[in-house]
Amino acid sequence: MSDTYFYLFATVTVVSALAVVFNKNTVAAALAFLFGLCGVAALFLQLDAQLLAILLVLVYAGAVVALFLFIIMLLDMQGGARKPFKKLTILSSLVAGALLLTGVYLLANRPELAQSPAAGVPSGVLLDLKLYGAKLFTTYLLPVQVVGFLLLIAMLGVIVLSKKFDGLEDVK
Amino acid sequence: MNIGLQHFIVLSALLFAIGFFGVLLRKNTLVIYMCLELMLVAATLALVAFSRFNGTLDGNVFVFFILTVAAAEVAVGLAIIVALFRRRQTVQVEELNALKN
Repeated sequence: MSDTYFYLFATVTVVSALAVVFNKNTVAAALAFLFGLCGVAALFLQLDAQLLAILLVLVYAGAVVALFLFIIMLLDMQGGARKPFKKLTILSSLVAGALLLTGVYLLANRPELAQSPAAGVPSGVLLDLKLYGAKLFTTYLLPVQVVGFLLLIAMLGVIVLSKKFDGLEDVK
Repeated sequence: MNIGLQHFIVLSALLFAIGFFGVLLRKNTLVIYMCLELMLVAATLALVAFSRFNGTLDGNVFVFFILTVAAAEVAVGLAIIVALFRRRQTVQVEELNALKN
């Protein structure tokens, strides 16, 4: 596996993730998110998951980010200056950040992961779309059905949610 | 130095941490939602890495399902945000405090 490829796209992904969090402009944050997704798709390619890389770009970068951009433009919020953080918020963020960074540090130093099962997988195995299909229609047939049903329910839910309801008084 | 499982796992943990921070620090509901998606993508990266280094296809199939569920989830979540905006004319979390107290 090529080191440069990994480090290049890891940097792209992390930098765009940071841009999502720290960018004031919501549209710019959505575009940074799109860029980060492309970086993750490139890493999927390095992991021999070509189908998932393509699906990630199609579903996430194509549909989800476009949907986000539509909603951002629809709602048109250029909200004013935000309130400063409370002391409690700052304290709890620091504690949570310390915990997460400890987790990353511990992960980086785990001996079990360092001697990973090697990249000795014949890369042709994961390339084969036939295997995907066979898995989806044998072992994972029930999840496929459930997910199909979930998509139907989500569609119905979105239609109901977008309807205008009269006679509901606002909670103020 | 060769790129191993460890590198991918650390990267995915880092992405998850960044997304988590976004959820904590940002006040705009849409950006919070984007950061949630970021955490989901970090988890899928870890799954694909484990699947690749163990030589099985199951992790990949699982990520396939995660992608489907994420698409449905985004549609519903954004519909909720739009409905919320219609009612309250804001998406800033500090102004959405009807359930407080």
